Amino acid sequence: MNVTVLAKFVPNPTGTPALGPDNLLIRDAGDGALDPGDEYGLELALQLIEAGGGEVTVVSMGPAEALAGVQRGLAMGAHRGLLVTDPGLRGADALVTARVLAAAIGRTTYDLVIAGVESTDGYTGTMPATIAELLGIASVTAVRKLDPNGDGFRAERQTESGYDVLTAPKPALITVTAGATDPRYPSLKGIMAAKSKPVDTVSAADLGVTDLSATQTVAAVVDAPAKAGGEIVTGDEGVARIADLLADAKVI
Amino acid sequence: MGATWVYAEVTPDGVHPSALELLTKARALGGEVEAVALGPGATGAASELGAHGAGIVYASDDQTFADQPGRTAAHTLHWLISQHTPSLILFPGTYEGRDVAGCLQALTGSTLMANATDVESSSRARTEIFGGTKIVEVDLAGREPRLVLVRPKSFPAEPSGGTAEVVAVDAVTPPGPTATVVERHAEAASGPKLEEANVVVAGGRGLGGPEPFAMLDDLAAAIGGAAVGASRAAVDAGWVPYAYQVGQTGKTVKPEVYIAAGISGALQHVVGMKGAKRIVAINKDADAPILKIADLGVVGDLFQIIPALTEEVRRRASS
Repeated sequence: MNVTVLAKFVPNPTGTPALGPDNLLIRDAGDGALDPGDEYGLELALQLIEAGGGEVTVVSMGPAEALAGVQRGLAMGAHRGLLVTDPGLRGADALVTARVLAAAIGRTTYDLVIAGVESTDGYTGTMPATIAELLGIASVTAVRKLDPNGDGFRAERQTESGYDVLTAPKPALITVTAGATDPRYPSLKGIMAAKSKPVDTVSAADLGVTDLSATQTVAAVVDAPAKAGGEIVTGDEGVARIADLLADAKVI
Repeated sequence: MGATWVYAEVTPDGVHPSALELLTKARALGGEVEAVALGPGATGAASELGAHGAGIVYASDDQTFADQPGRTAAHTLHWLISQHTPSLILFPGTYEGRDVAGCLQALTGSTLMANATDVESSSRARTEIFGGTKIVEVDLAGREPRLVLVRPKSFPAEPSGGTAEVVAVDAVTPPGPTATVVERHAEAASGPKLEEANVVVAGGRGLGGPEPFAMLDDLAAAIGGAAVGASRAAVDAGWVPYAYQVGQTGKTVKPEVYIAAGISGALQHVVGMKGAKRIVAINKDADAPILKIADLGVVGDLFQIIPALTEEVRRRASS
């Protein structure tokens, strides 16, 4: 089985994000990383091919720096990478991004496409459903467990009150929840091997996507009204103060 | 501007509260307000949707919407759009809302904005970023209808006293392969529902394991009517089930008091609880971001503070 994994390169997930003068998120500050939410899907993909054979391809779209995210996936054990990088895609909206990624996935060989439930920087969470529809394949979102099942898959999908089990024929797209797997750390050997694995770098035009005009633009960014500063107390004093606050709020 | 539609998520138990919030907002935009409710329980939900401002409810009780989620609703919506040409469709920012809107975007080629916190018109909406510290005004363009996913609890739900005309629709069978639900499992939760509790006591990474959550259970019981929640870090670690999760990918809560214990305050979490009337944070790290949004921050050891607080609450209750 061959698996294509979508991997996003995001600004430092534990840092403080910042906007540039064009009101777009600064994505090339030099402290970016593979979205931690994508490592669960990569791990699942690697486990599936370790059990059943096949190859894992990592697909990403982003600035040239995003190559580091693809390489992280290769170091974990993926076989090849495809990076879409194009100055015209800076500020791309959900629709353009979905079209580009669908075209990129179409260049890979896959029985399964895996994405995260949402990215850590934009957390839109709609991209996978759009991509699956553009590719004309079945999809299951918010998957916490996946097993091959005959000619398709059996997926446990997280719901508000528990979980549903869904079946989907091959090829299919799934999004995996954080915590679905325990992602491995790349070994030194893996990191060395990643350097000689094939990575194709293409532009949007190479993929046949020519209309990059955004249907969403930022008109203004303003500071939210600042909340009145709270009070900070330490240690033992806290207990009585919290109890006072609860009494004040009339909940005890 | 043409009609504003609200995609009303329904279950056999009733309307998802987000639908009533979205209808209330849609009324404020002017123009026609209509709702689309698809799946078992839809027709039964129509009167409540009408009472919140939907003039028409396009409804189908077809089980297929529940068994083949996402695509069936998107393709049916696509057909309805071709017949009635709305300008704007508001979706709840839930898993289902995301799937339906995401799939619909592939069919319509229209814009799709996620995480909106306010909507002004079919060409302007608002979102908050960086934990609500900045407000972003977004212009929407391109073909109609424009699709906007709104964060739950962004608006209050207010009845309009209206009644809806119910228009029955047939499920459209999508072409090509679709995933199918073959089993459903409910995981029973005890105590009051997170979204409805007056007080939420939530734990995060700082609890260090599943056992200390019993401490939070004790505090919640002492307060009475309080629910226990958790950050994504605690859920991802497997300490408590997903039903506990508060945040962007979990529940949005607006209790009278929110007590965050051992939660650093990642944006993911903050968007789910910053609407609480009073926020209390207990953290051993004086630099934790959660302390910046807390009305009362306590820097200290939660393993001492929580049990002592439980005792104090019990003492006050009995005196």
